[in-house]
Amino acid sequence: MARKLLLDKAHIENIRYYDVYRANGGYAAAEKVFKGMSPEQVVEEVKKSGLRGRGGAGFPTGLKWSFLAKPEGVPRYLVCNADESEPGTFKDRYLMEFLPHLLIEGLLISSFALGAHRTYIYIRGEYAWIPDILEEAIEEAKRNNWLGKNIQGTGYDLEIYVQRGAGAYICGEETALIESLEGKRGNPRIKPPFPAVKGLWESPTVVNNVETLAAVVPIINIGGEEYAKIGIGKSTGTKLISACGNINKPGVYEIGMDISVEEFIYSDEYCGGIANGKRLKACIPGGSSVPILPANLLLKTAKGEPRMMTYEGLNDGGFVTGSMLGSGGFIVLDEDQCVVRNTLTLARFYHHESCGQCSPCREGTGWMKRVLNNIENGKGKMSDIDLLWDIQRKIEGNTICPLGDAAAWPIAAAIRHFRDEFEWHVLNPEECLKRNYGLAHYADPLPVPAAVAAAV
Amino acid sequence: MADEKKLFKVKIDNISVEVEPGTTILNAARQIGGDIVPPAMCYYSKLQGSGGKCRTCLVKVTKGSEADPRPMPKLVASCRTTVMDGMEVANITSPEVQDARKGVVEFLLLNHPLDCPVCDQAGECDLQNLGYEHGADGTRYEFKRRTFDQIDIGDNIKLHMTRCILCYRCVFTADQLTNRREHGILGRGEHAEISTYIHKALDNDFIGNVIDVCPVGALTDRTFRFKNRVWFLKPVDAHRNCDKCCGKTVLWMRGDEIFRVTARKDKYGEVEEFICDTCRFDTKEASAWTIEGPRKIDRHSVISQGHYVGTVKPKEILTDVLDGRQPRLLMDIHSVSEVNRPEIDLSKIDGPAHSDDFRK
Repeated sequence: MARKLLLDKAHIENIRYYDVYRANGGYAAAEKVFKGMSPEQVVEEVKKSGLRGRGGAGFPTGLKWSFLAKPEGVPRYLVCNADESEPGTFKDRYLMEFLPHLLIEGLLISSFALGAHRTYIYIRGEYAWIPDILEEAIEEAKRNNWLGKNIQGTGYDLEIYVQRGAGAYICGEETALIESLEGKRGNPRIKPPFPAVKGLWESPTVVNNVETLAAVVPIINIGGEEYAKIGIGKSTGTKLISACGNINKPGVYEIGMDISVEEFIYSDEYCGGIANGKRLKACIPGGSSVPILPANLLLKTAKGEPRMMTYEGLNDGGFVTGSMLGSGGFIVLDEDQCVVRNTLTLARFYHHESCGQCSPCREGTGWMKRVLNNIENGKGKMSDIDLLWDIQRKIEGNTICPLGDAAAWPIAAAIRHFRDEFEWHVLNPEECLKRNYGLAHYADPLPVPAAVAAAV
Repeated sequence: MADEKKLFKVKIDNISVEVEPGTTILNAARQIGGDIVPPAMCYYSKLQGSGGKCRTCLVKVTKGSEADPRPMPKLVASCRTTVMDGMEVANITSPEVQDARKGVVEFLLLNHPLDCPVCDQAGECDLQNLGYEHGADGTRYEFKRRTFDQIDIGDNIKLHMTRCILCYRCVFTADQLTNRREHGILGRGEHAEISTYIHKALDNDFIGNVIDVCPVGALTDRTFRFKNRVWFLKPVDAHRNCDKCCGKTVLWMRGDEIFRVTARKDKYGEVEEFICDTCRFDTKEASAWTIEGPRKIDRHSVISQGHYVGTVKPKEILTDVLDGRQPRLLMDIHSVSEVNRPEIDLSKIDGPAHSDDFRK
């Protein structure tokens, strides 16, 4: 049984409420900080832990905190990014719903470390019931002097506000989130300046994911070095994975970053294998925007080694034969699923969510969706596949924010690994409406030298 | 001098220039001038916060700075990226940049109606020029283009949203030039549109400038609409005493008749000084203006047609083309073709010629 740091007490009844949370060792980390740690020591501890951003990009949190500009007389802000809108990702919802006080404790410690006196939780609009849970928890924390003025007699003040978004995926991008929080249209800003210098209301701001901020609590509790012992290499600690798709046990799992993908999918502790005795065809391992991988490349890397559930492990082979850990939205597709249809669904999503600010993403996402729609419905041409490849290539990297990349990557990966299936759709326009391409050769073991050669 | 500002050395397409710190790559390129200046559709030097959206000005930074020589991983928008000391930038020397720009132009033209023959902006349209220089011959887009209804915003301005490329210039103009902003962007993604909140008329002394800043024909002058093609008009510099603006304008005339009044634009299509609506829409009598002289248009657009400097016209007369040589018969069609039979003389055939006559 792997060690759990975030969800170890999630099963306790009424852990949502302050009394139960406190009785089960809650706010011990905050107590430890206020009793004898300076803000610098907290940042140092987070740096030692090797904690990396859990929102998708995997940027080292301690480093991000140390970039925060600290000019005199200007307030600093911490913003918690709870705009979890990536299809397939629902780990933050679970955390906030069941352990709101864990997030608040994490926010308290992080705000103290950063010197912020006002902290915002920007929550996705569709999570309509969670702001009530959070606000109730904030009220409880205030009553017990963990928030408000002069917290626990230390002279430190902190207010936490919950702000609901209006349901735009783009507002999960940190600068768009800040714009939206300021009450403007949620368009990403052009960087530089980065939020660490000019963020919310032109003041230095740190934006972190819910899980990242919650993970600060166990890091203080057990110490940064102890935390860094879990995991492999630069992927330290535990990670929440929200597994969904054709598996026996979908749900949110906390994994130590030292298990293999194969173990995660097939062991009874986690996903429990593919549902209904089907075979694994493909998997999107980190939320909808990361590249899709066929079964043979998912379980083994191009070099023939088992693929691990870590930032580096999933990225092994770059985008040619690898993928990304991303936000931990683990979507499993069995042999009955159609990759073209799946890609169309994603393309439709990104087309719908493009903010329309910069031209490649605004025009390109709609174009890709329409071309894919033709292929899926048996009206495609062979040249459409190359056209799609060309469109995604011209979007990727040429946009203001990463939404353009996020829209391009799934399509690029689907064509790279599943070109046969696209061609089958074009060549069998009537049959493709009635049945799916099936598993084909996507689970066949890859000959190692060939796969490595393909990568070169 | 001790307090002399340190200048940054920048190399753009291997041409060195020294600029002040804080200058953007685009403005540094404009200081060099010529064909290395990246095109810009949304950046407008007079409008704060503009730029970064259209992505036509993408360039490759091959060397970050003297202190940190690593190249930047992605192409950057030159209008919003400031220079560093020792930076090296590739624009027209980088095939990657040219390829990306071609892609951006294709994206910009994807939903554009290409109704240039009936568009008032034709001839002075930034998108038209961009398309000529960087665009492909045809489109690969096979779907229905996005369309919107035309809207009259106020008495003098027509919004033709179908042509818009969402550069946000007019939004910034309305925000920064007029004292009450009444229009912005509605909708998201492909469906985003410029809007005066619920079609409210833009009633302000300087709102007419949105017509000048618009790079395409999305915002046009209703007092000039369909009156004439711009290249048939003669632009002259003129001024009048105006209590609201500088009064320095360009009159577009034919004979003594003033067809329209615009602000003076520099060679990058940016206005030199904004003008008020009274000058633009209401002062169309020649007597109200003091004419300074003809306006020189030095952009590569249709307005300056026939005024290109150093244009080489093709020689059209055969003797000129042959340069003294005599035409030479290269082959006789009868010697290679078996279809024609020169030995059969049509005049000796009885009656009309028939295919049987040519059979051996």
